[in-house]
Amino acid sequence: MEIFNNILIYFVIVPLLTILGLAFCSNRGIGAVRAVAVAGATVLMALAGYLVYLFLQARGAGDTSEMILCSEVTWYAPLNIKLALGVDGVSVVMILLSAFIVFAGVFASWKMDPLPKQFFLWFFLLSTGVFGFFISIDLFTMFMFYEVALIPMYLLIGVWGSGNKNYSAMKLTLMLMGGSAFLMLGIIGIYFHSSADGQWTMNILEIAKNDAIPHSWQMWLFPLTFIGFGVLGAMFPFHTWSPDGHASAPTAVSMLHAGVLMKLGGYGCFRIAIYLMPFAANELGWIFLTLTGISIVYGAFSACVQTDLKYINAYSSVSHCGMVLFAVLMFNTTAMTGAVLQMLSHGLMTALFFALIGMIYGRTHTRDIRDMGGLMHIMPYLGVGYVLAGLASLGLPGLSGFVAEMTIFVGSYMHTDIFHRVLTIAATCSIVITAVYILRVVAKLLFGDVQNEHHRELTDASWEERLSTATLIIAVAIIGCFPNFFVNIISDSFLPIVGALENAAHAAGVM
Amino acid sequence: MDYSQFLMMPQEIGLLIVFLLVFIYDTFMPARAQRFLPIFTTILFAIYTAFSFIPCQMGELFGGMMETNPATWVMKCILNIGVFIVFLQAIKWTNEDFVSVRRGEFYELILLTLFGMFLMISSRHFLLFVIGLETASLPIAALTAFEKRHYESHEAAAKYIFTAIFSSAIFMLGISFVYGMSGSLYFNDIANALSLISSKSILLFVAVAFVIAGVGFKLSLVPFHQWTADVYQGAPTAVTSYLSVISKGAAAFAFLIILVQVFGSAYHQVWEWMLYAIIILTITIGNLFAIRQHNLKRFLAFSSISQAGYIMLGVIAASTVGMASMIYYILVYIFSNLAAFGVIAAIERQTGKVTMDDYNGLFKTNPWMAFTMMLAMFSLGGIPPFAGFFSKFFIFVGAASTGSVAIYVLVFIALVNTIISLYYYLLVVKAMFIRQDECAIPYIDSHWTEELGMTISVMGIIAVGIASNVYTFMSQISDSVIHIFHLI
Repeated sequence: MEIFNNILIYFVIVPLLTILGLAFCSNRGIGAVRAVAVAGATVLMALAGYLVYLFLQARGAGDTSEMILCSEVTWYAPLNIKLALGVDGVSVVMILLSAFIVFAGVFASWKMDPLPKQFFLWFFLLSTGVFGFFISIDLFTMFMFYEVALIPMYLLIGVWGSGNKNYSAMKLTLMLMGGSAFLMLGIIGIYFHSSADGQWTMNILEIAKNDAIPHSWQMWLFPLTFIGFGVLGAMFPFHTWSPDGHASAPTAVSMLHAGVLMKLGGYGCFRIAIYLMPFAANELGWIFLTLTGISIVYGAFSACVQTDLKYINAYSSVSHCGMVLFAVLMFNTTAMTGAVLQMLSHGLMTALFFALIGMIYGRTHTRDIRDMGGLMHIMPYLGVGYVLAGLASLGLPGLSGFVAEMTIFVGSYMHTDIFHRVLTIAATCSIVITAVYILRVVAKLLFGDVQNEHHRELTDASWEERLSTATLIIAVAIIGCFPNFFVNIISDSFLPIVGALENAAHAAGVM
Repeated sequence: MDYSQFLMMPQEIGLLIVFLLVFIYDTFMPARAQRFLPIFTTILFAIYTAFSFIPCQMGELFGGMMETNPATWVMKCILNIGVFIVFLQAIKWTNEDFVSVRRGEFYELILLTLFGMFLMISSRHFLLFVIGLETASLPIAALTAFEKRHYESHEAAAKYIFTAIFSSAIFMLGISFVYGMSGSLYFNDIANALSLISSKSILLFVAVAFVIAGVGFKLSLVPFHQWTADVYQGAPTAVTSYLSVISKGAAAFAFLIILVQVFGSAYHQVWEWMLYAIIILTITIGNLFAIRQHNLKRFLAFSSISQAGYIMLGVIAASTVGMASMIYYILVYIFSNLAAFGVIAAIERQTGKVTMDDYNGLFKTNPWMAFTMMLAMFSLGGIPPFAGFFSKFFIFVGAASTGSVAIYVLVFIALVNTIISLYYYLLVVKAMFIRQDECAIPYIDSHWTEELGMTISVMGIIAVGIASNVYTFMSQISDSVIHIFHLI
């Protein structure tokens, strides 16, 4: 079939093959399981790298089409559902990010116990969903992959998690599925208004081109889809699954979930909600902008008072992911580019955080910062890693956080009205609050007095842990030092979306 | 009489031949050969099922009392597949000591009720329909009482027979009103006569309500669902699985035909809103009650009530898209529910355990059974990439294709309910995979026939969704019978 000539489909096939390979591994012995998992993750990394190369080559050759590597195969002909593939700059960098985190996640769960085979099975099913979501440009397949990514979370948290895992797993699954219920209704609504002549389609590009969704329908389909994705993007007040879920999840799952899965929310918000319904986005954007503003500040304040390392990070994720949606809702290229940079930055740095927390927890068996201290002397490698992650989080120049936040605030400051100014200033304040909670943890955890004499006997990171974290640290530094490389890939992708928004605003102004 | 018209109903004729062969085997074969009756019947039925897939000449029979068309043909094939799986899973059970003396009856009665359902699906005359309805209902009471030594089995049978008779009575009262208004029992004649009557007629309203109530009992739609849980719990598991999928699927299809073909002209003013309310009640109440169940058979009873509500979304669409989605939904539902019942039956047969707490830690001792059960639960809950996700999506699309805002609200309510249903389906998964138990169910050495039944179901759950040909085919079938919907 022709579709197999497209490199994109292999982002789904490789994880599926890995799952198949894992299924044939013996239940005893972890060696084969590790080998298969590492092989799968490495191939994904290589594919992602090659994809970036292909993309740059295509753009360099003057290919300015909105999506490249497009191909489609009809799946459900009666409803005109196709398996349509295609990527633009944003998808390319998101795929790269996912591949990085899957790679790091495999090494972070090197000593997974019990049932390592089943753990990696579900882990790769989760990644199948993530990659499938980013390569699809068909609403139905996107939605399907989105749900494929959600359900393994239940078992991953329920079986391998810690703490109040039953409650957290159920809460997370039901809330995210609740979000997808909104989304499904939104998608069905979009489908039945996707064209003026009754030739209904699920293809995002065609829907955007037809621009046929009546304004009255947009006004309630937009909130449905935006909330649907917003739940996954941890938008206030739908964020409550995130702290509990992240706190209970095993390390690699927290990494993948905070690092990539939450990005599905932000990605879906602009790719589906805003792009397809620009009129309603212009009209109703302010409601969601307020909510995301609350997310940013509220998440940061909540992180200040937590004592569990994972809760601190989960709330900081709420704040940072709020920043992504905040930037997306600014509706200009600069801010939206910043949003994607923030997704990258937050994905890598949160994954790094969760990996380090998992490693520290594996040694000290506590995540409460009151019970720990002085770890910098005991485990210098992990300590330095934590400081670097923290500095990236609070926006130190040279690391990824600074680039992302700077771009976002420059973009959002382009709006000159009071409403946007106030929100921007409020959001900017969150940087200060971030510094408070990051430095508080770093001071207490790494540089304070040793709280527990047993901790003096703990060892530093092992080679696979070093590999896992080093991958992420290097990536964070690369984004911080060479942001232009990524900005060049990303920024063109937003021209159609911003163009659609401007057209809609113009049309509304004429009327 | 033109005997060539029998060629248009090969599925019914084939079923009767199977029934007669089984009956002859049961009556005349020596006692030592009786042990092979279940396997004989199953193989015979498998052959018949394979042959029933062959398309045949279709059309009107018996002066328009009966009609075979591609849709009825496909529906009967689906029911055949389901019955085949039920038979596979029942082989071991029917050879057990307490049941073995009556095993012939089990198969004969099931084949007879299936024949009744075929009549319901194909009839275009209310007399034939009632004959089919009764043939499909009354023997099930006998089947429900099959476990003679169990008190619950008797209670369930009594409950079933009372509700069945009561609902038939209501149904026939409704039909008598219809007859009074139209002077005919032929579907087409009634439809023509009714289209001349004002849809504000109280008599028509009452008649439609009674017909919905009568068939609603069979489908266990709320508020006609009260018998379901007790009967499902009391009946032998093989019968419960038959009752929950085959009987329900056939009734749902017949329901669609009656509402659309007979009362199609009264769609907007009369039955759309009745069905609208019933769907909301059915889905919601079925779900809310399912949350509290510990006995898995009762649990699946309430889950099947809410599933019936989803199936009705395909009826309220009253279009070819809705019909295709409904048939597809029924197929997927058959596979998913039979996978679940296969596991329950195998475990119950060996250990007698049917509550959810008994399943704690099942994954450690019986990984494949736990896996089958998990797939069944995911499919019922509508999780991709399993077939249940596709069937749910398509049935929502089918309903929404009518385009009215009210239907969107209905779809939204149904969607919210899928979240509730996911909660209780996940409870089963949680018991099997997450909870630990020292005295978990030991390894179950299930019979190969049971395993085959489960394997077919699991393959169905996985393949029917991803292979789009199934839905595409059903869509073509529905488009070919578009004349059914000409009144809407």
